[in-house]
Amino acid sequence: MNQTQTLSRDAADVTSSAPPARRRYRRWGDLPVGPRRALIILAMLGAWQAAVAIFQVSPLLVSPPTEVGLALLEGFTSGTLAAATATTLKILLGSMLIGMVLAAAFTTLATWTKFGEDLLVLLTAMLNPLPSIAVLPLAILWFGFTTTALVVIIANAVIWPISINVSMGFRTVNPTCLAVGRNIGLSGWRLVRDVLMPAALPHTLSGLKTGWAFGWRTIIAAELVFGVAGGGGGLGYFINDARYFLRIPDVFAGLVTIMAIGIAIELAFSAVERRTVVKWGMKES
Amino acid sequence: MRHTPTEQATTPPARYPLLSVRNVQLGYTMQGQRHIAVEDVSFDVMPGEKIMLLGPSGCGKSTLLKTVAGFLTPFQGEVSLAGRRTLAPGPDRAVVFQEFDQLFPWRTVRGNLVYPQRVNGRSKEDAGRRADEYLDLMRLTPAADRYPHQLSGGMKQRVAIARALALDPMVLLMDEPFGALDAQTRSRLQDELNEVADRTRVTILFVTHSIQEAVYVGQRVVVLSRPPSTVVDVLDVSELNDPASPAFTDALMRLRSMLTEDEAELETVAFE
Repeated sequence: MNQTQTLSRDAADVTSSAPPARRRYRRWGDLPVGPRRALIILAMLGAWQAAVAIFQVSPLLVSPPTEVGLALLEGFTSGTLAAATATTLKILLGSMLIGMVLAAAFTTLATWTKFGEDLLVLLTAMLNPLPSIAVLPLAILWFGFTTTALVVIIANAVIWPISINVSMGFRTVNPTCLAVGRNIGLSGWRLVRDVLMPAALPHTLSGLKTGWAFGWRTIIAAELVFGVAGGGGGLGYFINDARYFLRIPDVFAGLVTIMAIGIAIELAFSAVERRTVVKWGMKES
Repeated sequence: MRHTPTEQATTPPARYPLLSVRNVQLGYTMQGQRHIAVEDVSFDVMPGEKIMLLGPSGCGKSTLLKTVAGFLTPFQGEVSLAGRRTLAPGPDRAVVFQEFDQLFPWRTVRGNLVYPQRVNGRSKEDAGRRADEYLDLMRLTPAADRYPHQLSGGMKQRVAIARALALDPMVLLMDEPFGALDAQTRSRLQDELNEVADRTRVTILFVTHSIQEAVYVGQRVVVLSRPPSTVVDVLDVSELNDPASPAFTDALMRLRSMLTEDEAELETVAFE
């Protein structure tokens, strides 16, 4: 009863036309988005569980969600899955930082000099279509089975989408805004920081989003091939290792963790966008 | 009454022009070749005056304004402000552009007024107080915390005017600021500008292609010819404030004939 009232109040907020009196939910579309999605996920988990039980699927092929849940719980309490996740994220963040610094340098060069622009356009055209994972054998040859090899290929995956987007953002800054900036007395670094950078933020954010997605896919793939580097293995290694020892629930637990982190980062990006470019009307929500 | 002659008389005898445009030649260089848009233009703007630059499209009036603002360098001639030759863009010649997207979208209306003052060394309190003052003057107080994308075109132009005025410019440069507005909003903003100009006594150089706007808003109208342009005439319209009066209509007719006579003699005849 209580819940029904909350729901109808939410719905009234959204449509802002419905009377506060109780509403019947006749159609799927009448429900708020949260419950709609939660119901679908529950249904999917139920179907999964039921399918495994009904068809007697071999536990060596598919684990039911209950066991995956247990494996997740176990993995995070015992620390094996948590440690793998931490390793992956640490390498990814470090590489992304390096990639971002290099991208900033490239973008600066490309914005100020014609030569830099040509160089960036050429390098991006050549290296962006090349899946960074393809460079892994070469990176292993150069740096051995070290974290450096991973960092190199991930930084390479991240740098091009960021550079191309940011420099595009700088080059397409609204000329009137720029003229206003100069008119109110801005020049040099302050003009860059206070006008160019915020004006290019929509492009920068989408560059970071693409860069992150590239980096994330690359590191998981690299870890699958790569195994342990230095202290311990990452998520890709965790999955491969679990498969090797036939701990199938752990394989699924690893996959679920990768998904969950991907979703969390996406949500973080949309939160940042909602507070900045969407709020400022520079990007549709 | 808007701009009466007595008000001008009360300002100290303005013998020296505040802004002086001398034999300016302007244009653009394409494939190494110079194309002249403005052949030879000279005029003076006295302190507190509202000068309108009127001319057919393509006559280089906006280019001329951008030169005064410091965005362009003339091929020949010079622009001087209060005796010194001005080169770089600066807030002493604050510009109101025609484009609605001249406000910084990432700052609120109030932020758009405060920030440029902060750039020019005003303290936070000072800038805030001044921003509120000019928001009030342009009747924008209720919109102070909104972002530019939430405003109508007319509101955006009012914010741009308030922002420019808050910088306390020596000359306010206006580049067809009402050109993209609908007729009603346009005439309302013309009234507001007249009111604000009277209150603040700000000196204005205003580019327009509307004859009505030139006569209604301006005190003197500098009429430019078609490109390569020169000054056809400078008309005193300071006492023409009532669009219904015969004198106002006469001025419109005179300006219209000036603008059309080098195009088609027949049209001029038809008007008279």
